[in-house]
Amino acid sequence: MATTMTTETSAAGDPAALPGLRRPIPKWIWLGIIFAALLPLIGGQTGLISNFYFLQLSLMIVYSIAVLGLNLLTGFNGQISLGHGAFFAVGAYVTAILIDRYEMHYLATLPLAMIACFIVGYLFGRPALRLEGHYLALATFALAIAVPQFLKYRHFEPLTHGVQGINIFNPDPPFGLPLSPDQWLYLVVLACAVVMFIVARNIVQSRMGRAMMAIRDQPLAADTMGINSARTKSITFGISALYVGLAGALHAIIFEFVSPDSFRFELSIAMLVGAVIGGIATLSGAVIGGFFVQFIEKYADALTKWITSTVHLPIHLEPWTIYGIVLIVLMYTMPMGIAGGLASLWRKIRPPG
Amino acid sequence: MEQLLQQVASGLANGAIYALLALALVMIFVSTNHINFAQGEMAMFSAFVCWQLLNWGYSFWVALPATMLFSFTIGVLIERIILRPLHTAPLLSVVVVFIGLLAIFHSLAGAIWTHTVKPFPSPFPDFSLVHSGIIGPHQIGMVVVAVGMLGLLFCFFRFTPLGLAMRAAALNATSARLVGINVDWMLALGWGLAATVGSVAGVLVAPVVYLEPNMMAGILLYGFAGALVGGISSPGGAVAGGFIVGVLENMVAYLGNMLERATGFYLIGNGEKLTVALIIVITVLTLKPSGLFGHVTVKRV
Repeated sequence: MATTMTTETSAAGDPAALPGLRRPIPKWIWLGIIFAALLPLIGGQTGLISNFYFLQLSLMIVYSIAVLGLNLLTGFNGQISLGHGAFFAVGAYVTAILIDRYEMHYLATLPLAMIACFIVGYLFGRPALRLEGHYLALATFALAIAVPQFLKYRHFEPLTHGVQGINIFNPDPPFGLPLSPDQWLYLVVLACAVVMFIVARNIVQSRMGRAMMAIRDQPLAADTMGINSARTKSITFGISALYVGLAGALHAIIFEFVSPDSFRFELSIAMLVGAVIGGIATLSGAVIGGFFVQFIEKYADALTKWITSTVHLPIHLEPWTIYGIVLIVLMYTMPMGIAGGLASLWRKIRPPG
Repeated sequence: MEQLLQQVASGLANGAIYALLALALVMIFVSTNHINFAQGEMAMFSAFVCWQLLNWGYSFWVALPATMLFSFTIGVLIERIILRPLHTAPLLSVVVVFIGLLAIFHSLAGAIWTHTVKPFPSPFPDFSLVHSGIIGPHQIGMVVVAVGMLGLLFCFFRFTPLGLAMRAAALNATSARLVGINVDWMLALGWGLAATVGSVAGVLVAPVVYLEPNMMAGILLYGFAGALVGGISSPGGAVAGGFIVGVLENMVAYLGNMLERATGFYLIGNGEKLTVALIIVITVLTLKPSGLFGHVTVKRV
């Protein structure tokens, strides 16, 4: 088990991918972020980009944060999780309950949701330390099943409203900014994502990040070098849950609604697929993964319609078939995910020297 | 007391299905170290194939072997065509490929046979041996078939040269190759057998949960838990684990009901039984990581 995990995640075979060397964030990334931040002004005010599109972009960024969180755990620390949807749900519910019941400001709920998820993740990660590989997969699988059940649990109903879920309201932009609520939330989500990605980058490049990767690649050697692997693994679990919890909280605010059935097992699977397809153990892979989670269904649907309209099939094709085929083909062509595939392509075609 | 017996009996009957699925998971695991997340959907697809044959008017004892043969072929083909090129791929990529397979089988079943729920006839005669109503004929049939399958597989692996070759390939591929065993084909054969065992599970469970593309979603989790609790490296343990999980799940709900009736306080009901059963399973695994009947793998550093 440990050995298979090693081979899969050591994308860091070439020295350029080693995050130990501190390099500044490239300029084009900053330019991209500034462009993204100006989108509501450019596209929104001129009406080129609809509010619905901003909503979708926000969701994509939210899923990127979630995939990033899972990536920290699975990609950088080698612990598999089939149940991160659970932390997504916890974050969403903490925010929704605080807004609904205690009438807190929505931005103030975010840090609380993050702290709550860190604690839950840490406490779950602590006993899960003894579990590896498939056993951890089962434990997290169970977590994904258990959390929606807990949200429906009879004695929590005064707080969670049971199956009905909680309605909250989209906040208006402050200071009378000339933005629609969707555009304002898009900016909030973008700002959160930028901060969280920079923090993740710093974690990965720090002593903690090196310890995480050492445990992933050679658990025994890491122990011998004096790394407290129990502590590192459970803290990583907590941090990972914190990221996913923030994503859940933002999702609740954007969607204006939470219910136990919005956090079914499929969400956890979608996050894992996003992390692997995007590129495991890479930060850029999380952005691609978020894009994949948000848009694959739409494109699979469109592709299915196109196929059914051009080719006559005896059966009524469903989008999930295309989804499955896309997953298999992507894993064939780019086993290290899209980010890994692009990086190796770049190494082949870049100008020498 | 009678109610308790009834709960245990129906737990054993459900456990038979979990046991078969756990057995299928273990068969693929021992030879390839992969957990086939698509196992449940493959079983569901087989059940649909069997239903189609029955619908065309074939008798059950024609339809079942035909379904098993079909599933065996599908299993072998999946191994040869889809998983063969991924032998050296990272574990997570294989997991994603399994998720892809799951999506494909699920949606194909929906596309071919639609998502409407279909009744599935029980293959077992409605004999009136058991009057008490503790256990129905179909439930007895499920237990008998599960134990029978295990017995057959045991004999196959223990007493036939092919079974020996498959065990050798799973235990030590390099050495097996050196003595002339075609390890690649042994893996494909393992996949085929697993798919066959899974198809029997699908056909048996279809009369209980009714036939629809979602029917295996929960059952796979139980099978997974059963396989792990019994020890993922031991087929006998997996079957025992399946039965344990089945009974455990019913016991949890039963005790919860008793508690509510005695004290009026609702603690656990049918909604939470899965969660509680899983928590118990995971606690067991934390204390005994190789499962109840698995053996500890010693690794040389």
